[in-house]
Amino acid sequence: MTAPDTDAAPATVQSDSSDTGRRALGSGFMVVCQVVLGAVLLLIWQGASGRLVDNFFISNPVEVGTRLFGWIADGSLFLHIWATVYATVMGFIVGSIGGVVLGIWLGVSPFTSRLLNPYLSALNALPKVALAPLFVLWFGLGIESKIALAAVLVLFLVFLNTYAGVREVDQDLIDGARLMKATRTQVITKVIIPSAMSWMFAGLRISVPYALIGAVLGEMIAANRGLGYLVQFSGSQFDSAGVFAVLFVIALLAVALNFLVDIVQHRMQQWRVVGR
Amino acid sequence: MIDLQHVSKTFRKQDEMVDAVRDINLTIAQKEIVAVIGPSGCGKSTLLNMIAGLYAPSNGAVIYKGARVSDVNTAVGYMTQKDNLLPWRNVRDNVAFPLELAGVGKAERANRADQVINHVGLDGFAHRYPHELSGGMRKRACLARMLLYGAETALLDEPFAALDAQLKLVMHDLLLKLAAETGQTVVLVTHDLMEAVTLADRVLVCTRRPAMLALEQRIELKRPRDVLNVRFTNEFKEYYDTLWERLRVEYQEERL
Repeated sequence: MTAPDTDAAPATVQSDSSDTGRRALGSGFMVVCQVVLGAVLLLIWQGASGRLVDNFFISNPVEVGTRLFGWIADGSLFLHIWATVYATVMGFIVGSIGGVVLGIWLGVSPFTSRLLNPYLSALNALPKVALAPLFVLWFGLGIESKIALAAVLVLFLVFLNTYAGVREVDQDLIDGARLMKATRTQVITKVIIPSAMSWMFAGLRISVPYALIGAVLGEMIAANRGLGYLVQFSGSQFDSAGVFAVLFVIALLAVALNFLVDIVQHRMQQWRVVGR
Repeated sequence: MIDLQHVSKTFRKQDEMVDAVRDINLTIAQKEIVAVIGPSGCGKSTLLNMIAGLYAPSNGAVIYKGARVSDVNTAVGYMTQKDNLLPWRNVRDNVAFPLELAGVGKAERANRADQVINHVGLDGFAHRYPHELSGGMRKRACLARMLLYGAETALLDEPFAALDAQLKLVMHDLLLKLAAETGQTVVLVTHDLMEAVTLADRVLVCTRRPAMLALEQRIELKRPRDVLNVRFTNEFKEYYDTLWERLRVEYQEERL
């Protein structure tokens, strides 16, 4: 592949391949640097542990790896990951549907939105985590209370964005549709919702990490499975290696979720362009 | 056909009351093309909004075909300087929008939309989105949509103000052609006196805010008009001078 003159390839192809080659080399070099940095940090951690800082506080990479491997080997880690992912996804779905519906409804009814304004502001200002004990009372110790907490966090973000998007809709477009005999339902489905679409997507995008936060927090407060439960349990056992191991897994999960959102957003790019 | 009886409109701006339109009496006949001209921001657009039923008059009544306008007037087509095409729809779907609202099937919609798209000279652009079109093409798309909707009255609010002089002439020609074909009544609001005299059967001069009728001038230029050459005739110049004489007063007062 590297020999440029084996075939009578057109010059453009040659320069193309050398271009991509250089770019690949560039990003490959960066990846190497990043891996080296990670390895150095792990070495420093390993070296400092027990010498500079008590092992009890910061554990060390070998112990963390051993703990992680043990959980993977007995399969318990996947049970916890699944519980957290399930609560996150369900919370996200329930919260987004609620937020979108509420946002559109209040966006198109000025009377109701003014009526509810002080109450919604108060609810929004409330730290949603404080609702967790209530959800445990209502939905029990199972997965439902975690879904509820994640959903509430998502709901307000999506609601505020959808509402803003609906209020931003150009009144002239609405008037234009009404002059062409559009019914109220048609105005909502054919003008308001498409027009607010980019705002809704923005709300959905920023609320994904909050769904994870809600699920993990819910598990920390009262649960018998999930990554939040595991980090809480490890902490209460003074097992710092276990805590670090779970944090590592949660970070991986968050990165995976963001990656997923980027893919979906890329697919939706068309909507964002035309929804200006 | 359109009857304005002692129509006034007052807006509340913070604690101040602003008179936009004061005591206008006006009768517009079917198939007539009426141009309303006056200084910018004098309340001409408010007049159109009241005919469209988007604003209710504070005083007086708007009568459309014998019935008082109390809700949106769906017999009119409205076109503004800011062409209100839906940005997420391509030209064909924008033009076919009124048919879609009326529940016409997809195939028939596309078929009839393509016909009017060709008619206004947009053939080949049915799949383009509004932001991919030039200003003139967007105007054509608006005219096509109005044509397909079959509005019996066209309310035009400075529709061509953003276009360059040559493109304006082309659009004037298209507008006159379509109006003659469909027998549409046209109410045109503009601040371009040349445009008003070229297009209209009757030109109304408005005063500065609050808008009142200052002068009414019939334009007896024969139809069909050649929009390019009609402006070089003596008759045109006389109408132009008469109207400008009155209009200038409004602009002079404004400068003070």
